[in-house]
Formats: sequence, structure tokens, C-alpha cells
Amino acid sequence: MTAAAHLSAPSGTPGPGAGDDAAPTGGGPRRPSKYTVARTLRYLLLLIGLLFVMIPVYVLFITSFKGVGDATPARAWLLPAGWTLDNWKAAWDQLAPSIGRSVAMVVPSTIISAGLGCLNGFVLSRWRFPGADIVFTLILFGMFLPYQAVMIPLLELMLAVQVPYGIPSLIVLHVVFGIPICTLIFRNYFETVPEELMEASKVDGAGMLRTFWSVALPIAVPGFAVVLIWQFTNAWNDFLFAVFFSSAANGPVTLALNNLANGALLTNYGVSMAGALLASLPTLLVYILLSRYFLAGLMSGSVKG
Amino acid sequence: MPAVLPVSSSAEVFVSGKLRRFGPPLLLISPSLILVGVFIYGLMGQNLWMSMTDNHSAAQANGREPISVVGLENYIGLFATEAFRHSMANLLLFTAAFLIGAMVMGFLWAWLLERPLPGGRFFQTVYLFPMAISFVASGVVWRWLLNSNQGDSASGLNRLFQMVGLDFLQNPWWNNITFGILAIALPAVWQLSGYVMALFLAGFRGVPDELREAARMDGATELQMYRLVIFPQLTPVVMSALVIIAHMSLKSFDLIMSISKPANYQTKVPAVDMFLFKSSYDYANSAAVGTILLAVVAVLIVPYLIHQYRESRR
Amino acid sequence: MRRRNFLYLTSGTLAAVGLVACGGSDGSGGGDGGGDSVEVFTWWAAGSEKAGLDALVEVFVEQHPDIEFVNGAVAGGAGSAAKDMLQSRLQAGDPPDTFQAHAGAELNDYIDAGQIVDVSDIYDELGLREAFPESLLERLTADGAIYSVPSNIHRSNVVWGSAAVLTDAGIDPATPPASVDEFLEQLDTLAAAGVTPLSVGAAWTQVNLLEAILMADLGAAGYNGLFDGSTGWDSAEVTTALTHFETMIGHTNTDRDGLDWPDATQQLIDGTAAYNVMGDWAVAAFDEAGLAPQEGYVYFELPGADKIFGFLADSFTLPEGAPNPEGTKAWLDTISSPDGQLAFNLAKGSIPARTDVDTAEFPEYQQTAVTSFAEDEICSSIAHGAATSVGWLNAISDATSQFTAGATDLAAYQQALTDIAAENQA
Repeated sequence: MTAAAHLSAPSGTPGPGAGDDAAPTGGGPRRPSKYTVARTLRYLLLLIGLLFVMIPVYVLFITSFKGVGDATPARAWLLPAGWTLDNWKAAWDQLAPSIGRSVAMVVPSTIISAGLGCLNGFVLSRWRFPGADIVFTLILFGMFLPYQAVMIPLLELMLAVQVPYGIPSLIVLHVVFGIPICTLIFRNYFETVPEELMEASKVDGAGMLRTFWSVALPIAVPGFAVVLIWQFTNAWNDFLFAVFFSSAANGPVTLALNNLANGALLTNYGVSMAGALLASLPTLLVYILLSRYFLAGLMSGSVKG
Repeated sequence: MPAVLPVSSSAEVFVSGKLRRFGPPLLLISPSLILVGVFIYGLMGQNLWMSMTDNHSAAQANGREPISVVGLENYIGLFATEAFRHSMANLLLFTAAFLIGAMVMGFLWAWLLERPLPGGRFFQTVYLFPMAISFVASGVVWRWLLNSNQGDSASGLNRLFQMVGLDFLQNPWWNNITFGILAIALPAVWQLSGYVMALFLAGFRGVPDELREAARMDGATELQMYRLVIFPQLTPVVMSALVIIAHMSLKSFDLIMSISKPANYQTKVPAVDMFLFKSSYDYANSAAVGTILLAVVAVLIVPYLIHQYRESRR
Repeated sequence: MRRRNFLYLTSGTLAAVGLVACGGSDGSGGGDGGGDSVEVFTWWAAGSEKAGLDALVEVFVEQHPDIEFVNGAVAGGAGSAAKDMLQSRLQAGDPPDTFQAHAGAELNDYIDAGQIVDVSDIYDELGLREAFPESLLERLTADGAIYSVPSNIHRSNVVWGSAAVLTDAGIDPATPPASVDEFLEQLDTLAAAGVTPLSVGAAWTQVNLLEAILMADLGAAGYNGLFDGSTGWDSAEVTTALTHFETMIGHTNTDRDGLDWPDATQQLIDGTAAYNVMGDWAVAAFDEAGLAPQEGYVYFELPGADKIFGFLADSFTLPEGAPNPEGTKAWLDTISSPDGQLAFNLAKGSIPARTDVDTAEFPEYQQTAVTSFAEDEICSSIAHGAATSVGWLNAISDATSQFTAGATDLAAYQQALTDIAAENQA
């Protein structure tokens, strides 16, 4: 998943970024009736969208609280006959170790790739060298690479460099394949920072590293928010690399969940669904807590001058 | 090898004596350049080479039997089979449905939420959240919802349609040879529409207020203002979103794996073929499918990147 | 080789960049124990399979108290997920100490790739050549070497029936059909009665059904000839079998491709389907649901020219480069011992591979399987890798899915199967 909105975006000055919850402004509606109709229509369409988004969530949620005989496809839409937490307990017991491993994988890989991306973005936007644009384009292509196209030699390469199978391998992979997107986000972010800031620092005789450290890094915080969310989500949700480079015993939670949901002989649907929710909680929390930053980041990236 | 490009251009720089000026930035990004060079361009080349060999067995994959180069034989062989052409057709259909669905939905939501609205942020957050869920997790429930039974034994969405009196909407979902793959696009649209919405919202916000004001001054109606002033400003966002969704659909693998099964003919796509070849130790064909995917992506992305490159030079 | 050079060059570069450092801190990957543990890789993660494994581990702990058992079970449709994962682990040079594999052609790829080791000397050491029946040893031996130790034997060609559903449709569950034609007639009757006549799941269960009908229609010699070339896949007998297969598929549940075998068995238990063709691990599902043999459910083999035992065996290997080969040997000792085989098979619902295990304690169904294995003709299962290599099986599954999904007609299907056989027999 990538945020190429940053690639190109409308030019112009930033619009009113915040204040969605504010009441409509603009001198009072002249034709209230038409205005109300339009608004009702908007809400109606939004509610239909909400329904579309929430249907699977509803089934996931209620099924996760159902007892064994109750959690069947035929009764998918009915509320639980009796609410039980057993599924959640069972799912937690089975997923807890792999959730720990996912954390151990996601945190370092996210931080390292964000760091590399920040360096690259800074250099490619504000400390250009001849050919910087070509380099940037070449890096960018990596963002769109179908990983299938390198998977087989990648297996051999990882074997040759002897990175331990499991989480260490996955950290390396998420860092490496995260470089393009992180570079892109930071480059576009730094492009939005007024040139004068950096120039002033250059004029003061500060070297590149000092400029980076004392000028660029402090103002890059919103960029970091975006990158961290991206990388966190991508790495957490990854399944492809996990299948090829780790096993159930030493792999991340997506693998364990797949095991739980597709494996059992007599699938306990309640436990699978509780597991699916459990495995999604960290990314969901990140979204709920940081979605404001995420949108803000998207927007700040999109209005590059 | 393209990977060497940055390095050779840096050599040029050294020669021209601008070491002091360009040395530090190059040094700073060199770790990334080497990694990208090796892992992306190096492996791409390696994969291309492997796809042109006769590495079809476990013994060859482990270096116990010799491998020889057979040129384009694997590619010709792949396209000669009905099954692989079916996979490619499926990919095309899936991409089209995914693109249209996510673009229309995302755009609509963004348009509805573009102007301030009480509760707007709530809708935004909810619309965006499926993106946070992995395909593996959402696959657990979509497999239920897309059950192909109808009538008395119906479950999932077909059952829901019955319950709300929309029986005619019942369908076999992905269990149809020609169009089944479209049903898999539904969860994909569900997952990514919110993201497209976010892109469009960013686009809308990027339209200068002065433009809107000017349009209003000229007496344009709201609709005219959107159609003539704002929508044209969104073209770059449309481009970005198209490219992102299209390349994601080419990679889609988790979703099909968790909803259908790899062996199911109805939902075969090249990414699944590649996986199956790999499990049969047919590395050459597996690599060939990977390269075909890469080629399709390149056809889409390279013009876009060149366009971007020219833009950034201006 | 140029390719290797590229890799080592690359690895050197990477090390120089210092990236490897972030993973290299804890030394060798994976293995956390010393030489006194054994990681056993299986796909026995739930249900009766897990119960069997647990029973086996109990015996193991008793027999080898100094060796720690590490459970490497990976769940997923008849082991498909586990096999993929195992394959990448073996490729990555991170093998478990031993892994489960179906005895037979499925092992060929591992043997060709040099990923598993000849265990003949373990056979001699433990006296296994005398303990296992000749017919089994034959199937385990490849070019004079033996690469795995069987823990149990399963039967793949069992027709299961729901007594209640059959009775409701006017079919006497106590008398099995006398011929394939009679079975097909019953399917028609059942369809008219408004139930699903035959339940089935996704591609591999369809292949399981296919092999059962091939066994019935071709007889033992004809069926076994399919794999050494003496029976043509394009022969008229195969056409007949495929026609029967087509009729059967026409009588199955429409949502088959989304289901695995337990879902299909569940339809019998729920009373929505009458018959199901599945391996004898399904017996555990009926027992678990509280159904009694004969009263609740019935079983028989698809009637045909010969009485046939559709054979597959779970077995364990010694991978090349296993971290703790001593642990592996201890594990192989336990699974092949009379105690181990008794405990395991009682719990799992299969039958012992050894001939000297007292099976008096075994429940009704297993008794019949023991008799059948001793007396009937043995045919290796396709769907479970006993008769065909992984590549061949994958190709058959693909062609079958293509056919049952309606993308090819019978002639094209048979042609595909013929081509696949030609490719793989070479």
C-alpha cells in the first residue's frame, strides 16, 4: 500500500485543513429548504457507505461472542444466543506469542525505514546532487514492484546472507522494501518546507549534517507520523513475506491467524473471528488514535509547492 | 545493471572534483541506494535470468542437477495454456472492478465529506479503518459472506438479501468461472475505498479557496463550480489513485488465498499461479510469472514515473 | 557458478552496509534448545489429529524423558499450508528435526533435492523391517533406500453415509449399493428427495473422490498402472470412470469450492447431505458429534471390480542438516514402537503400520480397516501424495478444479490428465 498522492497533487495554497466538525459557515443559507434537502441526501449516502463498511465488522464482532453451536454461517446475522468471552480467551491464548513477535518485528523495521527515508527525502529534496531526480525515480519504481517478481531469488539471497529465518529476516525485508515509500513521503514533505529555512542554515555555514539535524529533523515530525503509520500497518498486515520467510513457530501474527482460521479441522468460527479482531487491534488503535495525523500528513504532502 | 547507475554517476562527481559538495549527501543515502540496487534491481535481473532457464524440479532448485538456459520457452509455454490465459483474464477483470469500485466509492465519499459537516470526521474515520485490517483478517469474514449457496441453504450475503427481501440479488459470488473473480474485488473495494477517499479529500483541500470564490462571484452554481473548477484540479489525484489501486490489484494474493483457495480455477490469478509453481518446485515458471507481473506493472508505472520525473525537472 | 558469485558478492556488500547486524545479534536462528530437544513439524494442530499427537507425545516423554518435545504443528487444509511452509524452511536451510510427510511419491521431491536422509540404518537398528508388512515396505523403498518411518496408515476410499438422511429418502442404510451404477441411482433418488446427495469440498477433496471412483472402476491393477504407464489415462476405462465422476460432481453441493473436508462431513451430521467420500479420519468427526456407527452413520467402500484399500501413511523423516539428529532418532523410535503406534492410532482413528500391535481395543471402524488392509488389494492415494509427486498432484488438482468449475468438458479433462501423466512419468 502506498501513498503516491504525494507523487503529484494539485498545486496551490493549502485549503482549510481542519474544522470538519464545525457548523457550516458562509453567511447563512438563503434557501433553507434546498439546503436541508441536499444535506439530508448527503447524510443518507454517507449512511449507506457506513452500512457497507460495517456489515463485515458486524458479523465479525457478534460471531466472536458466540458459543460453539451458535457460531455457524447459517446464523451469521443473528445476535448471539448467549454472549461469551471464551472465544476471545482461546484466541488470545493462541495468538499472544505471535503478537509479541509481530511487535518485535514491526517496531524496529518501522523506525529504521523511517530513519532511512528521512535521510533520503532530505537529500533528494534539499541537498540535491546531479542525477538526483533519476535516482529518485529509480527508487520510486521499487514502490510498485510486485514482490512476486523477486521472490524466488530473494529466497536464495536471504539464504546466502544468512540472516536468521523468522523475525530477523522479516525486519530486513520490511526495512528494505519500505525504503521507496518512506523516501517518497519525506521527499515530498521536505519539498513543502520553505526553501528559506534551509537556505538560512546553509548561509550560516552549517554543513549538511547539521542542517539535517537541527533544521530538517525537528520540522519533519508530521512526516514521521505518516511514515510510521504506513510502515506499521504494512509490516503488521504483511502475509506474503511472512509465508516465505517465517514459520508458525517464529512468525508474525498474520501467519498465526491464518493458521487459526484456515487450519482447524472443525473450524471454530467464533475463535477465528475473535482472533481476526484481536490481530487487527494494534493497527486499528493506531488508526483511531492517529488518523488525524494520517489525514493531515496526506494533505500536507499533497500540497507541495 | 540499472542498480549501478547511481554509483557510476557518483564516480563522475568525484572526478569533477565536487566531492566536498556532493560527497556527504551521496554518502548519506548510499545505504539505501545499495539496498534498493541489490534487493530490487539486482533481484529483478536474477529473476529474469531464472525465468529463462529449465529449472523445473526440486533437484535443480537445490543445485543437484544442472540448469540450462532455454530463452523464452517458459513464457511461450505459459501463454499457450488455457489456464494461464484464464488467470490473465481474471487479473484484468479483477483490476477493472477493483479500480472502478474503489474510485467511484472513494470519490463519492470524499465529495460528500469535502465541505464541513457535523459528524464528518466520524464518517472519515470509519471509512478509512478497513485499511488498517489485514486481508488475512478480513478474509476470515468475507469467506463467510461470499458463500455461494442460494435458496434454503443460503448463508452470508445471500442470506442477508433474503432477509431484507432482495432475493433477486442472490448470486454464486466467486463461484463462477468467467466473472467469479469480480466477487473477490468486493472485499478489495471495501478495504481500499477509504484510502481513495483520503486521497481525494487531500485533493479537494488543495484547491485554493480563491478559485471557489471566483467561481461563485461569476455566478456559477455549486454543480457548475465543481464540474468546471474543482474536478479538473483533481486530475493528478485521479492519476495517483489509479496507479496505486492498479498496482495493488496486480499484487493481490492474500485476499484470494484467504477467501477462495489457491487450487480453485474460478479465482486463479498470476500471483496464485506463481505460488503454485513455487510449491511444485517449478522455479523457472514461477519466476516467469513473476516477470510477467513485473512487465504489466512496468507498462502502467513507467510512463507515470517518466511523467513525474519530467514534472520534477521543471 | 556465476550466480553464486553474485550472491556472495551481494552478501558481502550487505554485511558492509551493516544491515545484517540488526538481525545477527542472537547468533543462529530459530533453535533455542541445545542438543536435547526435537522439533516435530506436522499439520496435526486440531481435532483427532491433535489428540493423536498428544497421545504420542505422552509416550515419547515416557520413553525419552531427557529430550524435550517442541511442537512445530502448522494447521491448514490437509497439510497444504504446512507443506508450503516446510518447503521454504527446507530451502532456507532451516529444517525442523523431523517432519511429517505422506509416505510414497510425495517424498520424491525431497529426495531429489537432497533434503532428507536415508534412514535404512535406523530401520535395521530398531528392527523395523520385520515389524512392518511387506506391502508397506515396498511402498516406502525408493532405489533401495528408505527415507521415512510410518506412524500410521489411513484409508482414503471410504463412502460415508448419514443413516437418517438415507432412511428418509427410502434407501436402506444397512445394505450398501452393489455397484457404482446402483450408487449413482441412489444419488438420483436422493436428489429427488431434496437433499444434497453427495457432499464434497474444495479441489483436493474432489481429487479424493476422483481416486475413489478410479479405484472402483479400474480395479487394483488398472489403477496402479496409471502411475507406471501400463494403464493409459486416455483409455476407455478411464473415460467411464470420469463419466461417473462427472455425474457425481453434478450431485454435489454448489458451495463445494469454499469448503474443506470437515464442512463436507458436517453436512452429513447436520442431515443436509446423504453421502460423502473421504478418508477414514472423518470417523472422528462422526464420533465427536455423538453419532453411532450403523445407527447414526454408515460406511462402505465404493463397490467395484476388486476390494481395494486406498492407501496413505503418515511418516516421519530425518532432514538433511537437522539441528538435533539424536532427538530425531528418539522421535522415530517412539513413533515406530508398539506403544507409540497403539496410543497414536487409537486417538487418531487410523491403524498401526506395525503388524504386531494388538488391535483388540480399537473401535469398530478401525477393526474393519485393519482387516481390509491385511486382506484387500492396496492402491496408493493420489490426493495424499502416495501415488504421485507434488508437481503431478498439483497439476491433477488444477485440471480437476478446471473441470468441476465447468471450464473444460470431459474430453478436455481427460486429455489434460493424459498430458500431465506423460509429463510426469518421463
